[in-house]
Amino acid sequence: MSVSSLAGGAQPTFAATPWRERAEEALIPPLVALLVALICGDLLILSYGQSPAAVYRLLLEGTWGNAYGFGQVLYKATTLAFTGLAVSFGLRAGLFNIGGESQLAAGGFAAALTGLALPLGTPLIIALILCMIAAGCAGGVVGAVPAYLKTRFGAHEVIVTIMLNFIVLALLNWFIAGHLHVPETLHTPEIHAGILPRLADINPRFHGSAANLALIVALIVASGVWFYLFRARGGYELRAVGLQPEAAEYGGISVGRVWMKALTLSGMIAGMGGINYVLGYKHYYEDGFASGAGFLGIAVALVGRNHPLGVLLAAFFFATLSQGGLAIHAFVPKQMMDVLQGVVIIAVATAVPEVRRVLRSARKRGDA
Amino acid sequence: MTPAIRMVGIDKSFGAIRANRGASLEVMPGEIHALVGENGAGKSTLMRILGGLMKPDAGRVEVNGRDVTGWSTSDAIAAGIGIVHQHFMLVPTLTVAENLVLGCEPKTRIVVLDYKRAADDVRKLSNETGLVVAPDRLVSDLSVGEAQRVEILKVLFRGAKILVLDEPTAVLSPPEVHELWAVLRRLRDNGATIVLITHRLDEVVELSDTITVMRAGQTVERIKTSETTPAEIARAMVGREVSLSAGKRVQPVQRPASPQPGQGLEVRSLTINSSRGIRVVEGVSFGVKPGEVLGIAGVEGNGQTELVEALAGLRPVLSGDILIDGVDITRRPVAARHDTGLSHIPEDRHRRGLILEYTVADNLILGVQKYFAKRGVIEKDRVMENAIQEISAFDIRPANPILAARALSGGNQQKVVIAREMGRDFSVLLASQPTRGVDVGAIEFIHQQLLEARSKGKAILLVSAELNEVLALSDRVAVMYRGKFAVVMPAAEASEEVLGEYMIGTKKGNAA
Amino acid sequence: MNPLSFLTQMIRIAIPYLFAASGGVVAERSGIVSLTLEGFMLSGAFGAVVGTHYSGSPWVGVLTGMFGGLVFALIHAITTIRYRADQVVVGVAINLLAIGVTRFFLKLFFASSSNSPRVAGFGGNIKAAGFDNPLLWLGLLSAPVVAFMIYRTPFGLRVRAAGEHPEAAESVGVSVERVRYLAVAISGILAGLGGVYLALDQHQFTDQMTAGRGFIAISAVIFGRWSPIRAAGACLLFAAAETLQIQLQGSHAIPSQFIEMIPYVLTIIALAGVVGRAVPPAALGKVED
Repeated sequence: MSVSSLAGGAQPTFAATPWRERAEEALIPPLVALLVALICGDLLILSYGQSPAAVYRLLLEGTWGNAYGFGQVLYKATTLAFTGLAVSFGLRAGLFNIGGESQLAAGGFAAALTGLALPLGTPLIIALILCMIAAGCAGGVVGAVPAYLKTRFGAHEVIVTIMLNFIVLALLNWFIAGHLHVPETLHTPEIHAGILPRLADINPRFHGSAANLALIVALIVASGVWFYLFRARGGYELRAVGLQPEAAEYGGISVGRVWMKALTLSGMIAGMGGINYVLGYKHYYEDGFASGAGFLGIAVALVGRNHPLGVLLAAFFFATLSQGGLAIHAFVPKQMMDVLQGVVIIAVATAVPEVRRVLRSARKRGDA
Repeated sequence: MTPAIRMVGIDKSFGAIRANRGASLEVMPGEIHALVGENGAGKSTLMRILGGLMKPDAGRVEVNGRDVTGWSTSDAIAAGIGIVHQHFMLVPTLTVAENLVLGCEPKTRIVVLDYKRAADDVRKLSNETGLVVAPDRLVSDLSVGEAQRVEILKVLFRGAKILVLDEPTAVLSPPEVHELWAVLRRLRDNGATIVLITHRLDEVVELSDTITVMRAGQTVERIKTSETTPAEIARAMVGREVSLSAGKRVQPVQRPASPQPGQGLEVRSLTINSSRGIRVVEGVSFGVKPGEVLGIAGVEGNGQTELVEALAGLRPVLSGDILIDGVDITRRPVAARHDTGLSHIPEDRHRRGLILEYTVADNLILGVQKYFAKRGVIEKDRVMENAIQEISAFDIRPANPILAARALSGGNQQKVVIAREMGRDFSVLLASQPTRGVDVGAIEFIHQQLLEARSKGKAILLVSAELNEVLALSDRVAVMYRGKFAVVMPAAEASEEVLGEYMIGTKKGNAA
Repeated sequence: MNPLSFLTQMIRIAIPYLFAASGGVVAERSGIVSLTLEGFMLSGAFGAVVGTHYSGSPWVGVLTGMFGGLVFALIHAITTIRYRADQVVVGVAINLLAIGVTRFFLKLFFASSSNSPRVAGFGGNIKAAGFDNPLLWLGLLSAPVVAFMIYRTPFGLRVRAAGEHPEAAESVGVSVERVRYLAVAISGILAGLGGVYLALDQHQFTDQMTAGRGFIAISAVIFGRWSPIRAAGACLLFAAAETLQIQLQGSHAIPSQFIEMIPYVLTIIALAGVVGRAVPPAALGKVED
């Protein structure tokens, strides 16, 4: 028996496709935000006496218009994809992980230590896996702390993750400054194993850009997150906790255990993002390399509507903004992009509830 | 005479729900006017519109002959309307006096709050009305009855001449109810107009001068109390003939002959503390045999909620044992209880029973999701098959498994819960307020399902605030009073009058 | 160690915290999450430098700095109160936006990506004999003034009601929206003043000069359990730890990084409830429809 035969008949209006509604609610806010950002961008460009059209063309040419720029966008998008996936994974369980900054840094640090500890000539695949495990564990530990404090003591994860950022970054700074640095720098020596090939090694047109195979890892992680959230039993339970913790508890789901799992995994995902810089780009850990990427992960998750595909697109978008700043710097200071990032986040955050309200009341009128 | 309140043709919708459609109300000055109707009939919405908390989509509101349609809360307060909400509108971290003056604070000089004067005003008003509460106490420390006194003082303090009380007795003990009646009569005799929202007919008949009946968002009748009977009001409320006594008792179905000892649900001296450490259930023992319905009656807040939650595994037990078919499950988590044969219809489907954003199909596996997963992956086809089966078996409408549960009506949402809990194999069912907020047709269906399960030899624990329901469905009836069973008796010997006395604690049994 | 120099240095460090934490208490008690203090301070600092630079008077700088904090506070208030945007998300974005905006205008006004030119201030600031910076006195007064406002005025009563049970406040005709707008505006002005002090004390604006001070202030609010006086105590405690770190520098007794952690570690401990659980206002961060 088919579903539609049951749904037909008595009340056909109710059987209307819920997919369209969901798509509208998901897509309109980012589009609104883009529009707002364009307007703000125009104003900023005009304040510098430049022509918006020319600057935007420059922006596109410098990012998507040539292989180097595009490679740089992909490189920046890779890190943002990791932190964005991390934030969105936590949000699906109803938890706000603002600790991406420190989880990413801890992951990068652990990857670098592992790469240093491994002997020269370790096969790449083994080194990569070991480095990723180390990075994931380091990020996971940082994520597990707020999870534990929340489950055990009810401490709010937003505050704890923020506070942990400062604590973990200070600890890492102490390690690097006091113990592990190459003299005159704030970074570790270069790793011996686990160096990821760059895209330029495969296609020379990307020459000079930092994009590397961590991009593929990010895509794999994104599909893994999608499968877990929407196909696995664990994801069913995780989303249930995020939507209605008391109903989940009633359904035999241990809310505390899901919280632990969600924030730990979220931290692991963010931590693994560290390989992009450490294994793929500089080949060492440097103090402050993660600066900003954790916070931007929140923006990426928000604009990507907590869906892995959306997160990838949003990561690409924010990476374009960031790389685009460099492309236009000769005409308008790249700091313009810092402004636009903030504008986009605020616009999306504002548009999400507003669009939902407007759409729902419009539908209601349509039904009546 | 100009009516104190006149509302005509009021429309108000929330999403797909039309709470009011052309509702009207006319209240004369100086009367106690009962606004009655089933849960969800639109009474509270109508009063919220009167109080300025909402604006009507259409219609006209007049107070003392003045058109005030769409006014604000502060306008309403200034015009002497005082609403005592069903859920107390008190700030728990503030003192009684602070709560009372909030929004119309007395000041010394320019900006400083005159707390002393506020406290004095409270005392003065307490003396005048007989509603005594110490002004300096924190509201979080008050009992429910005291909190309600503060609510009434609060509206009187603002000079209310028209008082609206929304289900004021839902949380009160019987002595507190009687005290409230005395206060309301006194206020009326001093010239106040009172609107009493309720769905309890005994209250209506006892107290009101005039009655307005609402059904499904519409006003269906306006009558003088002296010219009507409870049966007539009830008919107007539900739209058809109903019997008010336990007369609709269903003929007991033949039970399986002499069930095995130790089968069903057994509870031994169960003691439970609330999350704030207060003893809420104390040493309760009982058993429910296969093929039996044990009904628990009682004024809400006497430990029924906590008892059911503890049985379901949602609340820790201080001491005592819970057994299902002889298996001790006292310390087992929720999921393990499911496996032992426990099903549970929770009292609040919006909070616990359903994940409103999930589809009907996904909701139908909540709690048993592990049986629909293979190696950690949900088997979508089986989930959908199961949904199609349950939707037709329990007549869930619209019959669309991929619709979000949020889009269903209350009755159909409850059917989803019931389909899930009763559509699977179980031996013990906890049914908590199974028909709350559900339309009449669905109520009948749910009652039928419960009785069918009984005849199939399931042990059923029924907790309901509706005395009729308890009397109609149960084999035995227990009354919970202050965390204990005041009495347990065969339903055949029980009546509303008898149970009522145990419920209010005037009569104490030996069933503790 | 000279106790007097310790005390003066501690107070100097504490002033920005005191301003911002007092502001944070007001906003949070009204139910609005104050992760924005960092951004308010930064825009306040920038506003002060711009005003002082173009007018030559630090008093004008005080006004423009307050205005800077207020503008960002209004963005936060309108998006979260009027449009019910998520307070944490907008909070994070406000901080990013403040960094971006100050950078952009630093470049536009002063053609620099790191710092502004030197501007006037309030003179010698601290002498052994006493404090001659009016902002310093204002900062010390901010906590008691806010405490008085919260506990002794009708507005404060409404702020507390809005943060604990907004429906109750609404039901007696109090406009929760208006109370929250005012509370957030006050927090923006106060935190902005914290930034003003910082910038005028250093006689210039530097990129990201608040360097996490807004987060220390929010730590103080939580560690002080949302009471203005206790939050001020926390500010002084955190400032004392920092002073200790500075004065011990070179002795290598404790690595400076560990002293930096103190406020954050204490806040986490307070949240975990090891010593007296910190319970936030009931409606904090909640969005009601």
